Amino acid sequence: MGCICGQDKQSMQAYLQPLQQVLNRYAREERFLVPILQDAQEAYGYLPAEVMREIARSLNISFTKVYGVATFYSQFHLRPRGRNVIKVCTGTACHVRGGGEVLKAIQNVLGIEAGGTTPDLEFTLETVACIGACGLAPVIMINDDTHGRVNPENIKSILDGYRQPVHTEVAAG
Amino acid sequence: MNKITFTIDGHTVEVERGTTILQAAHSLGIDIPTLCYHPDLSLHVSCRVCMVEDVRSGRLLASCATEAAEGMEISTRSSRARRARRRNVELLLANHPRDCLSCYRNGSCELQDITFRLGVTKEDVDRLRGEQRSFPDDETGPALRREPNKCILCGRCVRACEEIQGIAALGFAGRGFNSIVTTAFDLPLSEINCANCGQCSAVCPVGAITEVSEINAVWRALEDRDKFVVVQTAPSIQATIGEEFGLEPGTVVTGQLVAALRLLGFDRVFSTEFTADLTVLEEGWEFISRIEGNKDLPHITSCCPGWVKYAEHNYPDLIDHLSSAKSPQQMFSTLAKTYYAQQLGIDPAQIYTVSIMPCTAKKFEKERPEHRDSGYQDTDAVLTTRELARMLKEVGIDLVHLPEEHYDSIMGSQSGAATIFGTTGGVTEAALRTVKEVLTGEPLDRLNLGFLGRKEAEVEIGGRTFKIAVVSGLAEAGRILDEVRAGRSDLDWIEVMACPHGCVGGGGQPRPNSKAIMDKRAQGLAQLDRSNTIRKSHENPDVIRLYEEYLGEPQSGRAHELLHTTYQARPR
Ligand code: SF4
Ligand code: SF4
Repeated sequence: MGCICGQDKQSMQAYLQPLQQVLNRYAREERFLVPILQDAQEAYGYLPAEVMREIARSLNISFTKVYGVATFYSQFHLRPRGRNVIKVCTGTACHVRGGGEVLKAIQNVLGIEAGGTTPDLEFTLETVACIGACGLAPVIMINDDTHGRVNPENIKSILDGYRQPVHTEVAAG
Repeated sequence: MNKITFTIDGHTVEVERGTTILQAAHSLGIDIPTLCYHPDLSLHVSCRVCMVEDVRSGRLLASCATEAAEGMEISTRSSRARRARRRNVELLLANHPRDCLSCYRNGSCELQDITFRLGVTKEDVDRLRGEQRSFPDDETGPALRREPNKCILCGRCVRACEEIQGIAALGFAGRGFNSIVTTAFDLPLSEINCANCGQCSAVCPVGAITEVSEINAVWRALEDRDKFVVVQTAPSIQATIGEEFGLEPGTVVTGQLVAALRLLGFDRVFSTEFTADLTVLEEGWEFISRIEGNKDLPHITSCCPGWVKYAEHNYPDLIDHLSSAKSPQQMFSTLAKTYYAQQLGIDPAQIYTVSIMPCTAKKFEKERPEHRDSGYQDTDAVLTTRELARMLKEVGIDLVHLPEEHYDSIMGSQSGAATIFGTTGGVTEAALRTVKEVLTGEPLDRLNLGFLGRKEAEVEIGGRTFKIAVVSGLAEAGRILDEVRAGRSDLDWIEVMACPHGCVGGGGQPRPNSKAIMDKRAQGLAQLDRSNTIRKSHENPDVIRLYEEYLGEPQSGRAHELLHTTYQARPR
């Protein structure tokens, strides 16, 4: 679901259909804004501008307000996210054990900066302050999997394990 | 016991319970610096520049938000209070651009003033300086420009836009270091539901939101020998521009204003009040035909471009209720490039029309594609009161000491009914004076509607009682329009002005801008209305001549072609 600007009214309606279902579950009141945003993100994977605009309209609050709330909480994402989310720990322990090098290596392999998403929407790369697994430093997380003692050399093969179509079971253990 | 006794800087004061320390200090004439505080807006308590110390408890308190309590011993001068205030300003400066010299608000910036006043030094600021924000500017105009990097997050604009205008086009986004005051997705103001009213720019203490300046364009036109430069001044300017030259708010300087504009080099100096009278006639006649046909009532005024755009975004279903009469600014410019060009025998292409307005929305209005009825863009440039003052100061014209001069004739006379266009209720009163006289031959008694918020009244014309409402501030307007939409049908006439108090509270008026100041400006204008001998738009001799020589009747074909306009639905 990329950009939908310039599309006609009908396809816009179809595009907003999942949102309508979300909205139907709530009274049209400002106090439900956060749960509505959460459900909308669940439905769309992120919070597209048109979705937020429609939420504003239906709650009769300003678009800017909805945007303000969505950007305040780190749980909300305003851009499409990759199917796999990589979190690189930049805490102290990981840092001294080469976390920075690991981050660089991942950036090189994927061709994106921290905070970015690959154009094929396979990976989103983020940094976190501490994962709480300092004994395994340097640590990265991919989705719900923790990978400890990673190094710039084995990064590529770890990432490859998450690419379609073979990713499903490989990482499970 | 509802009184509290405490001391400020050694003075014992007795105040009502609930009075803040800041209010109490003001009543004593003690000046505590503030930034995020604004008397007309809710409290935000973010800048902490108004810190004082309660010497008895040793606590530092934000005076804008702390209620006075029995027995407090407040010091606004203790070294702890002074240090706290200074430190908080230093923190603001740590992440603030240092291009004061070339900033649009250089010399009128509250942060600059406070920095100087508190004695903050370069060393103080350097010590705290760290990473700098870098947000892009919004320069798409046509009314306002934003420089978010200059924003000190005081939230005044956010509160003005939400509390006064009910729009909330601006808001806080992000958090922590990345906090910013912006629009949804950082969209330019021109691409969202912003009304261009400029209330945000009127309250911003720094250079983060300002009007799009057209000063240079006007200088170029004035210096172009081939251009015939015609200027119109809106009714409110005569009662507000004096403030820029140190006069009390409400001081009327009509004659000096005219003289100053001549000195700047304008070829003709006219008053918008001439076409305000015309608006009254066109709109009055329109209203009469609506009551006769019982159609599109309530009739809603359309002379405020901020209100018009707000209506287009939020009430597209009620657009037919808006008067189709153009605003006085647009009527004026159209006539300048048609009727007046013909009178003078010059090519309209040579005429350059400038208007001096209290308003930033007028800058947007002039760019609307509908406003080209003369065959050219009808209005070429709009200067706010603040911009005009700046031009005068640039070339050392001291408005206050100029001998008074008169407006040029043909399009320079005004009725007094038109003068009060500059305050809320003015349009209504002016139009109803004319409507009543035309229909019944009887004069209308003064309505004295007052200035703020929403007022309703009943007016008797020829045995029928008309219900009218006058409202200022778009939040208030929205509430009344919601009632109309929900089927409240007993109103016949609604006047809406986007800015509090109407044009005297316009987004382009001198700073500071507060209700107390607007009140004085409105009094100044009301005084003028009383002192003018004509006082009825339909008796303005120049207007009568214009109809006789050029337009025919109000609402005639030609009047419609030149003096009326259309509106469009816009997304919310
Ligand atoms: S110009 Fe008026 S509507 Fe637009 S952002 Fe400023 S205050 Fe809000
Ligand atoms: S833009 Fe101006 S008024 Fe708005 S928060 Fe920033 S400094 Fe305050």
